[in-house]
Amino acid sequence: MTTSIFLQYCLAGISIGSIYALIAIGYTMVYGILRLINFAHGDIFMMAAYFMIFAMVDHMIPWQISMVLMILATIALGVVIEKVAYKPLRTAPRMSIMISAIGVSYLLQNLATYLFSALPKQYPSIPVLNQTIWLGDVSTSIATFITPIITIAFVILLMLLIRYTKVGMAMRAVSKDFETARLMGIKINTVISVTFAIGCFLAAVGSMLYFTPRPSVFPLAGSLPGLKCFVAAVFGGIGSIPGAVLGGFVIGLSETFIKAAGYSEFSDVFTFILLIAVLMVKPTGLFGEKLMEKV
Amino acid sequence: MLKLVDLNVHYGGIHALRGVDMEIPDGKIISLIGANGAGKSTTLKAIIGLVAKSAGSVEFDGKDITKMDTINIVKSGIILCPEGRRVFPDLTVSENLLIGAYTRKDKDAIKKDKAWVYELFPRLLEREWQMAGTLSGGEQQMLAVGRALMGRPKLLMMDEPSLGLAPLIVKSIFEIIKEINRSGVNVLLIEQNAKAALEISDYAYVLETGKVVLQGPGKELIVNEKVRSAYLGEAKNK
Repeated sequence: MTTSIFLQYCLAGISIGSIYALIAIGYTMVYGILRLINFAHGDIFMMAAYFMIFAMVDHMIPWQISMVLMILATIALGVVIEKVAYKPLRTAPRMSIMISAIGVSYLLQNLATYLFSALPKQYPSIPVLNQTIWLGDVSTSIATFITPIITIAFVILLMLLIRYTKVGMAMRAVSKDFETARLMGIKINTVISVTFAIGCFLAAVGSMLYFTPRPSVFPLAGSLPGLKCFVAAVFGGIGSIPGAVLGGFVIGLSETFIKAAGYSEFSDVFTFILLIAVLMVKPTGLFGEKLMEKV
Repeated sequence: MLKLVDLNVHYGGIHALRGVDMEIPDGKIISLIGANGAGKSTTLKAIIGLVAKSAGSVEFDGKDITKMDTINIVKSGIILCPEGRRVFPDLTVSENLLIGAYTRKDKDAIKKDKAWVYELFPRLLEREWQMAGTLSGGEQQMLAVGRALMGRPKLLMMDEPSLGLAPLIVKSIFEIIKEINRSGVNVLLIEQNAKAALEISDYAYVLETGKVVLQGPGKELIVNEKVRSAYLGEAKNK
């Protein structure tokens, strides 16, 4: 393996890793606040791809506007799912809300099949993102190159939001203690909606960067990436944003190098072996807090 | 200022409050004493809208707040300082105080109130940038009281502020409660430590199994035979 090929793989791995990171943040934030693994998150990511196709291919809307519409639609979808499927179960045992999430996941997959058919659809090509650029003697598409930059920028913005804004402070408070947060006059439901909106925004951006270099979208296209990102969040310590980002990079890079070594079939296997290993050795993940049942 | 009429609360099959009538006039410290399970905490939670009332009404400042939700009740000036302190462990001391002022928009006044809380509790100023989870129990209680004050309560309800604290700290907490009251805040106090509570109270209610069984000025109740034997742990024939 020459240096330039090695660098090429590194770049590809970091790029796919940062997409995983964007999606993993959605898992980790929702878990942080509701103690819920939102199994529908991967399918929201898939729906975002269909929204883009719907706007750009079916209605010929220019990509810039399509992108904005797609992001708004994805956020709306996530917030509505929370209101309809999770909010009524706020005081129910955690198992019920998790089952509800699994239900929403299947609902979205079948809804996509019904609305857009099960046949793969081509993801529209966004000309700017598909251009090839050369970095030294490494060639890559703009999409691959800017993905990590976009991801890191969003992660920094998100950390600042959580650390220094009023809504960020409310999110940290709500994630610890619903009842006391309510006694402070915090609107719990608004804070939860904001959390879902942020997670879905990142999933929408991730969806665009993920599907642009890939041939097609189909109703199950979100399920495997979704599971991988869930593993990334668990690996980093679910509830922790830096952990989710790190987990995303670890999975993206290992996957890419396993493929490079000629074991493509095992790249997904690796992810799930990683999940089992983490759960056996360090169930709280790298940066996870000790599991404490909420009282 | 606060008036409860025939307040009833059911928890599933349990009739926790059976028609509580209570009145809290302006400028006073009122305490609510009673054994475990008598319904003291439930009364406070019902007032602030954390548990549903099955009958009765709550009136505050001349307005009916029976059906209001917690956020609006908090905005209208009733703040509950919950049992067991419940500070946010991974927010700093400073952030815990700011979150107490969450519904307020008057930034300058918030700053002033924060300075006032630091004056009341100099220990908190020393630990301003520490995570609240790293504070001692007494400091956390100070923080919980300070956080409640940051909401500019007209009525401050305190649920067991002395629970699990060393006697010396308990004493200073009660001093602070008096000082808070002198600054114009009405206080509704729940206490296991009935003697200390009655000593500083203008008026007190005794709850038993969800009903008010006795009421009167704190100084009178403290010498009342029944109160002495049941809550102050003194022998009847003394």
